[in-house]
Parts: sequence; C-alpha cells; structure tokens
Amino acid sequence: MDDPAVVVALLLVAAAATTAVAVRDPVRQALVLAVLGLALAVLFTVLQAPDVALSQLAVGSALTPLLLLLSVRKVRRRQKQETKGEPE
Amino acid sequence: MSVLPYLVAVWIFLVGAHGLATSRNLIHAVGCLAVCQSGTYVLLLAVGYREGATAPVYADLEPGSRPVVDPVVQALALTDVVVGATVTALLLALVMQIAKRHGTVDPDELSELRG
Amino acid sequence: MNRRVRLLMVLAGGAGLAALLVAACLDMPGFGGDRHPYGDRAVHESLARRTANTIASVNFDQRAFDTLGEMTILFGAVLGTVVLLRQTRDERRAAPRPEDVAPPVRRYALAVLPVAVLTGLYVIAHGQLSPGGGFQGGVVAATALHLLYLGADYRALERIRPVGLYEVGDALAASAYLVLGLAGVLAGTAFLANTLLPYGTFNTLTSGGTVPLLNAAIGMEVACAVVVLLARFLDQAVEIEEESGT
Repeated sequence: MDDPAVVVALLLVAAAATTAVAVRDPVRQALVLAVLGLALAVLFTVLQAPDVALSQLAVGSALTPLLLLLSVRKVRRRQKQETKGEPE
Repeated sequence: MSVLPYLVAVWIFLVGAHGLATSRNLIHAVGCLAVCQSGTYVLLLAVGYREGATAPVYADLEPGSRPVVDPVVQALALTDVVVGATVTALLLALVMQIAKRHGTVDPDELSELRG
Repeated sequence: MNRRVRLLMVLAGGAGLAALLVAACLDMPGFGGDRHPYGDRAVHESLARRTANTIASVNFDQRAFDTLGEMTILFGAVLGTVVLLRQTRDERRAAPRPEDVAPPVRRYALAVLPVAVLTGLYVIAHGQLSPGGGFQGGVVAATALHLLYLGADYRALERIRPVGLYEVGDALAASAYLVLGLAGVLAGTAFLANTLLPYGTFNTLTSGGTVPLLNAAIGMEVACAVVVLLARFLDQAVEIEEESGT
C-alpha cells in the first residue's frame, strides 16, 4: 500500500460518491455521477483493471447520466404540462 | 493502511444507501443506487489487487514473466457494470410510469396517495 | 410513520451495518496481498486455451454460463423498459422542432462519429486479445451513434436507426449465444464448453476457440440493447406527449 496514485484515486472516488448523494437536484446529480464514473475509471486503471475501466468509462460517464437526464426532462415536461392545464 | 480500499468501498455503499433512504425524488434515488453499485466494484477490484502486478492481458506480455492481478473479480465487475446500467434504465422507466400515473416522483407524497 | 422516526431507523440500521462491515474489513486479507488462488488458476487455464486476454477467457469460457445469466438479465431489463415506455393510447407524438446547432459542435460531432463507431467495433473485435470485448465495445458503438443527435438532429437519427431492426438484432444475438452453447451439447460435450473449435495460434484474432464468437454475440446484444434503450428514452423525453385534457 505504498502507491500514492491508488490512495489519491480512492479518495477522489469517495469524495465524488459523497457529493453525488449530497446533491439533491437530479440534473446536477447526473453531472456529478459522470465525474464519479470518470474517477472510478481512473481508480480501476491504477488497480490494473483496464477492462473494467473501459466499461466504467463508457457506462458511468456517458450512458447512466444520459438516461438520468432524459428521465428528468420527461418528468419535468409532464409537470409543466399539468400546471399549465390546471387553471382551465 | 492496508484496509483503506475496503473502507472506502464500505463508505461508498453506506453513503449511497443513506441517500436512497432519505431521497425526496425517485430519479435522485436511482442515482444513489448507482453510487451503491460502484461501492461493490471498488470492493471486488480491491480484493483482486496484487502489489506490483500488472493487468492480466498477455497480448504483449511474456506469460510467467510478471505477476498479474486476479482476473476473476475483474470479469465479475466488468459484466455487472454494463448489466447494472440496463437495470438502471428499467428502474428509470418505472419512475416515468409512476410520474405518469400519480403526477409526482416524491416517495413521501406517493405513500400518502396510497392512504 | 413520519419522517423523523424513519430517519432514526435508517441511521440505527446503517450504524449496525457499518459496524459489521468495518469489522469484516479489518479481518480481510490485506490489500495487495500475494495470495490469489482462483486468479492464478484462471490465468493458467486461459493460457492453456490460448486466450491472450484472461478476462475474456473467464467471461466467455470458464464462466460462460454465468455470462449467459448476465445476458438474460440484460435482455429482460431491456424488454421491461420497452414494454413500460411504449406509446399508450392517451399519448400522442409531437414532432420536435429542429433546433439550430452551433456549427463547430456539428462539425466536431460528425467528424468524431465514424471514429467513435469504429473504435467500438475494434474494441469488440479484439476482446480476446486486448482489454475490451463485447460488453465495453457494444456500449461505445451504441452511444457513439447518438453523436448524430448532437451533430444533426433527431430526425436524422431516426432515419439511420430503425429501432425495430435493433430489437430483432438484440433477440438474434441472445439466441446466437444460446445456439453456440447448444452446439457444444450436440457435439457431445457440455453446454457452453469450449471444446468445439480449435484453439488456434496464441495472440491472433481467431485464437481461443468459441471465445471470439461468444464475445461477438455479446457485443451485438449489448450494442442493440443500448440503442433500443436510448431510443425509447429519447422518444419519451422528446416526442411523446400526453393528450391534453386527460
């Protein structure tokens, strides 16, 4: 356990994970999750797992945040529609 | 110091679980579940790490010339990363259905609706 | 049950779980230790079957049955999403207004698109040799296709992406994996046993017996699955609207 790169990557991941939970707005959370995905990819690379890093990079920093953002957009659009329709 | 990676994995998992329990928005809760999942990846890869070893890929490595890290845990984590993303998509689809049926994504309001 | 009581229960349960997990961590073999009995055996087996990337060997040879299970979860999750997000009777489609994209974004997206798709395919094809494989390459290729949404507009994406075709591709890839497994049974060995094809020369594209074939099936499955998923989500987020007045 003398590799400083591993320690730094671990702390980075822990900080990103904590921020991802602490941020309550789902849009911002999606962006923090992308950062978390990136940090995890770095950690996995230092842990000599390039396969998992590649997988995490594609999924964690692109696919999952994109799905979250699309869901937020759908739900917000519905709520906007409803508040617009209510006074009638 | 040799337990720091395990403790970080535990921390990520617990922080995610806490967010999951206290979330006021189901989309945010799904994001917290993704955080929980990443804790398990960190744990798996930490278990498989070997000091001074390289990746278990022999495309440009003479077999036996260097120690390699454990490939089994890597294979487990790698498939779960991708499969986990599709499960996240399924959960988000459920959230969209809930928003459509009940007009809210706040779990507290939902339990009030159920009466 | 109000919020405060629930929060207290969560904290109590979380504290108990944390104590147990930390106790377990302190008792685990130290990080970076030299004892990996399963890993060493997996590496030995992988080299015996001339698969250069040990992880691909674990996924598609030694634990191929497990990957079949993973693939089934993936397939089931995609199926569930497609069913949940279909257009219902009280919804209608509204064509999205094309919006102006800044020219640099458009140029960059269109220039990167072929490179990214090619990278995804390369990562799939070389899964048994270098880091990568069906799972990763599939995601890369599928998400790369959506650069078209950035570079052109939603309608261009819909033209190049007949979702029905990708749904068929998803099912075909899943059955291809099963058929490859059953071929082992028909040949007189076991389900998904890697004894069907010659192992080939170490470190070439065709090495590893059935590993490249199973890898390709997974690559196709994951790529189609991600395209279908994103198509459904984009449909919901951009196009489908509820009828007003219901």
